Amino acid sequence: MPVVTDIKNSPARVAIGLGLLLGGVIVVSAAMGVVPLPFAQVLAVVWEKLCGRELADALASAIIWDVRLPRILTAAIVGAGLSVSGVVFQGILRNPLADPYTLGISAGAAFGACVAFFFNMSYFQGLSVGLCAFAGAVMTLAVVLYLSGGTAGGYSSNNLILSGIIVAAILSAGISFLKYAADERVSVIIFWLMGSFAAKTWMDAGLSLAFVGIGVAVCLCFGRDLNLMALGDRAAASLGVDVKKSRLILLAAASLMAAVCVSVSGIIGFVGLLVPHMMRGIVGADNQWLMPVSLLAGAVLLLCADTFTRAVLPSELPIGVLTALIGGPFFCYVFKRQFSGKQRS
Amino acid sequence: MGYTLKDICFSYESRAIFSGLSLEIEHGCFHGVLGPNGSGKTTLLDLITGHLKPQSGRILLDGRPLDDLTVAELAKKCALVPQDFRVNFPFTVAQVVMMGRYPHLGRFSAPGAKDRELVARAMAAAGIGNFSLRNVTELSGGERQRVVFARALAQDASCLILDEAASNLDIRHTLSLMALAADRVKNKGLTVISVMQDLNMAARFCRTLLFLKKGRVIAHGPVDEVFTESVIKKVFHVSSRVYFDETLHCKQVVFL
Repeated sequence: MPVVTDIKNSPARVAIGLGLLLGGVIVVSAAMGVVPLPFAQVLAVVWEKLCGRELADALASAIIWDVRLPRILTAAIVGAGLSVSGVVFQGILRNPLADPYTLGISAGAAFGACVAFFFNMSYFQGLSVGLCAFAGAVMTLAVVLYLSGGTAGGYSSNNLILSGIIVAAILSAGISFLKYAADERVSVIIFWLMGSFAAKTWMDAGLSLAFVGIGVAVCLCFGRDLNLMALGDRAAASLGVDVKKSRLILLAAASLMAAVCVSVSGIIGFVGLLVPHMMRGIVGADNQWLMPVSLLAGAVLLLCADTFTRAVLPSELPIGVLTALIGGPFFCYVFKRQFSGKQRS
Repeated sequence: MGYTLKDICFSYESRAIFSGLSLEIEHGCFHGVLGPNGSGKTTLLDLITGHLKPQSGRILLDGRPLDDLTVAELAKKCALVPQDFRVNFPFTVAQVVMMGRYPHLGRFSAPGAKDRELVARAMAAAGIGNFSLRNVTELSGGERQRVVFARALAQDASCLILDEAASNLDIRHTLSLMALAADRVKNKGLTVISVMQDLNMAARFCRTLLFLKKGRVIAHGPVDEVFTESVIKKVFHVSSRVYFDETLHCKQVVFL
């Protein structure tokens, strides 16, 4: 008797479709902007650069290669990282309402960045804010893990969520204090907190690619363990998962991805919550497929949002505000649809 | 051979569960574990599945210390059907049953024909073949319990551990699940260790019974020897009458 293990849509087909879409969106996005350029020129510039040929049009090539592409790629990578991180957090915490920021990573990063702004740090050629944000996020993770570990129920979903909420609350108070004390510099802090991809360089794109790449690779290796963890700790352990170890590895990988994303772009909400939800509705809950598909969908979504604020709106809106404005109501819709009626205990 | 427990001591934080528990659980039998709530039944299962570690004492499986086995090796030998099973994500029934094959698969290898075959047979045996594509989040408690049972069957382990696996099932599915487990013991030489609340089910399907109370073994042995009014009185504090049922050919109990 054959079993059909494939569900609704073949995930492979969805992944290929999204991959092609991502390529298309990158090209279209690179052509859009204050100076509109033809698509063919985008491809020509990329081709010239990759082959190291003579530049046909120095201005167009500067706009596309030096200004637009780093920003586009950074947006796509951050979208991908946040989405995969969201899938992992929802899986580990066994809670479909979790996101990369549930454990207070965003609050930690924001606090780090606020400290950097507050003391007007300008070391490492403008990287100090990102570095402080990253350090803040990593320290927050360490504190949350310390608080939630230890006893028999170490790193359990409830422990983690509670520790995350407590730490985030303390850090938010710290951020408020820094804002209050910062006087005229408060506007810089507020703007950073709302997130932006403006003026991203190839270095930003490279750094985020390196971290997100490593994080995604680790998470993909543990896709099956993540599936089993959805069944509960005892069941997962009885199916050969070293629950505590796998959970720590996945937590570290997902948190580092989230941390580097926040450090590069500020706090961009809802991507990590919304994309895993949408994709689960399309390809099902199997994390081995959900992660790659969410990666592509997150990249497409955040890139579209960023292109929208950069090239379509008359003046640029902070991307975090845009994603929350669009994502929030959409999430309400998804939430209402999924949880009304279907919930049986 | 089978499980050997020697002088097991275990406590949660300050509450001692076992102090000096020793047991032999033979292979190839249907074992029932009975006792009032809080008597340590589930803790015992957690210890022999390696989910909890005893503070002192040794647990051997087929003569090897449990600590020497990796979780992955253990998963091939021993399958667990837990009591409560809740999933917040829309996995399909077939996907959940296929998870029983994960211990046998490499990290990246896709399930093969043999895995699919085992999954299909397990689903047919548990009577869930007709809703393999439904989401587990949409199932009733009893249906979900049968899905977990099918997953444990697909795991193809030599030891099946049931933690009140039938507690959510109606009488028809309870009987068919217990009969299925008993059949595996008889025809495939499986070991079943089942924590139960229903004494009559236990007397009907099990070969040996273990009565626990406050972490101590009150009685342990073949059903005919230990399923008595005095043991039941001692363990559960209820008066009963044990009789031999001619239709079922086994001992049964009525409570007075």
